Amino acid sequence: MIKTDILIIGAGPTGLFTVFEAGLLKLKCHLIDALPQPGGQCSEIYPKKPIYDIPAYPEILAGDLTEKLLEQGKQFEPGFTLGERAETIEKQDDGTFIVTTNKGTKHHAPVVAIAGGLGSFEPRKPKIHNIHLYEDKGVEYMIKDPEIYRDKKVVIAGGGDSALDWSIFLTDVAKEVTLIHRRNEFRGALDSVEKVQELKNQGKINLITPAEVVGILGEDHVTGVVVEQVQQIKKEFEIECDHFVPLFGLSPKLGPIADWGLEIEKNAIKVNNALDYQTNIPGIFAIGDVNTYPGKLKLILCGFHEATLMCQAAYQIINPGKRYVLKYTTVSGIDGFDGSRKEAPKAVVKAIE
Amino acid sequence: MEMQDIKLTIIDRDGVTHDVDAPTDMAMNLMEVIRSYELAPEGTIGICGGMAMCASCQCYVLSDHELPEMQDDEEAMLSEAFDVQENSRLGCQIQITPEMDGLKIELAPES
Ligand SMILES: Cc1cc2nc3c(=O)[nH]c(=O)nc-3n(C[C@H](O)[C@H](O)[C@H](O)COP(=O)(O)OP(=O)(O)OC[C@H]3O[C@@H](n4cnc5c(N)ncnc54)[C@H](O)[C@@H]3O)c2cc1C
Ligand code: FES
Repeated sequence: MIKTDILIIGAGPTGLFTVFEAGLLKLKCHLIDALPQPGGQCSEIYPKKPIYDIPAYPEILAGDLTEKLLEQGKQFEPGFTLGERAETIEKQDDGTFIVTTNKGTKHHAPVVAIAGGLGSFEPRKPKIHNIHLYEDKGVEYMIKDPEIYRDKKVVIAGGGDSALDWSIFLTDVAKEVTLIHRRNEFRGALDSVEKVQELKNQGKINLITPAEVVGILGEDHVTGVVVEQVQQIKKEFEIECDHFVPLFGLSPKLGPIADWGLEIEKNAIKVNNALDYQTNIPGIFAIGDVNTYPGKLKLILCGFHEATLMCQAAYQIINPGKRYVLKYTTVSGIDGFDGSRKEAPKAVVKAIE
Repeated sequence: MEMQDIKLTIIDRDGVTHDVDAPTDMAMNLMEVIRSYELAPEGTIGICGGMAMCASCQCYVLSDHELPEMQDDEEAMLSEAFDVQENSRLGCQIQITPEMDGLKIELAPES
C-alpha cells in the first residue's frame, strides 16, 4: 500500500504544480496517471507546440513546461504510479481514502485531489477484427517500457508524432522496425519526419505506405500481421513480428471517476469555487480542467491557482486546528524533503568608505 | 455592430437536428459553434483545441456547399481517423463565412 498526504489523480500541469504548493506546507504527494509519462495534455497532445499565456513566459513549449514543473517540485520527492488508471475509491471509517488502480495498486491518503483534466487518456484502437485477443500479448497501444522491444521485431502503425518518434527511438533497441501508414505523407515535427526519412534510406526503418494492418497472426502471442497495401493494385501480405504497436492517438475519457458519487456536470466535477475546490464528498477535491463552477476557464494558469488554494484546505484536514501563516518563498526559502535547501542570498552589511 | 449571423443545421451524435445561428465576424470555426451550443458533451469535441490533431470534431457535410479546400494537416488527420467517409471534414478547420449560410452537417461518432 502506497501512503501519502495528498493523493493526486492526474499528472498534468495542475497535478504537478500541486506537488510544489503542498511541499511548501510540508505535505507529501503521490500522483497516479494513466499515461506512461507526466505532463497530461501538454505531453500527450502538444509537447512540441508553444504556449503564450503562462505568466512570465512570453513563450514556452508545452513539453518544456512539463520539464520545468517537474524540476520545481523535485525536492518534494513526489511518488508516481504511471501507466495505471485510478479505478475505485473507498472511504475508510477514519475519513481517509483508499484508491485502487486497474492494475490493483492501492494508495492510501487523507486527501484526494482529482486533477484528471479531460479524463484518463485511453488509446484509440484501430478496427482490426481480432485485435482484442492480443492485447498485452504483443499488441500495445502505448509504449510504457521500451526495453520489452529489445532485439524483437516490431511493427508500428500510425502517421503522427508518436509513431514517428517511437520508430526512431526503437531503431536502437529493436531487431527490426517496420512503420506502416495509410498515406505516404506523415504529420509531425519536421525534424522527426526528416530523421525517419534518413533511417529509411539507411535501411534501419522498413517503411510501408500507403498501407494498413488488417489482421493479426499468432496462437497466443503476436507472430505477425496481415498488411493490405494499395498501390496500383491492392495486395495483401504478411509480416513476421513479435509486437504490433498501433499509435492512433489517445482520447480522454472521464471513465471510472464518473461513478465515484461526485456531482458531475458537463463531464466535469462540480466544486465549491468560493472556498477550496472541494467536491460534494469532503476530503475529495477537483482542480484544473476536470472541475467546473460558474465562470470556469480550462486554462493552465487557472489550474495553478486552484491547486494552491486546495493545498491550504488539505493542510487544515491533515493538521486540524494547527496554526498556519502564509510565508513568501523568497523570505523563508524552500526546504526539500530530500534535505536540500534553497534560499535567497543574504544581503551584505558592509561600510562603503 | 452589424449582425452577420448565418443559419446552420447540425445533426448531433444522437441523431437530433438543431438549427442554429452562427456569427461570421467572431473568427469562429464550425467546431467552436458546435461547442458554443453544447451540441456534443464537453470533452468529446475539440480535444486538441482545433489544431487538426484529434479528429474529435469530424463531421459529414450533407449539403452541397462549396467549402474551403482541405489543407495538408486536415487531410493527414482524416487519413488516420476512424469512421471517415467521402464527405468527412474536420469542423475546426472550417471557418464560418457568409457563404456557408444553410450548411447542413452531421457529427461523426465519438471515437
Ligand atoms: C492543443 C492544446 C493547446 C492548449 N493551449 C493552451 C494554452 O495556450 N494555454 C493554456 O493555459 N492552456 C492550453 N491548453 C489547455 C491546457 O493544456 C489544459 O488546461 C491543461 O493541460 C490542464 O491541466 P490538468 O493538469 O488539469 O489536466 P490534463 O493536462 O488533462 O492532465 C490530466 C491527467 O489526468 C490523467 N487522468 C485522468 N483521469 C485519470 C484516472 N482515472 N486515472 C489515472 N489518470 C487519470 C490523464 O491521463 C491526464 O494525463 C491547451 C490544450 C490543448 C489540447
Ligand atoms: S478539434 Fe481536434 S481535430 Fe478538430
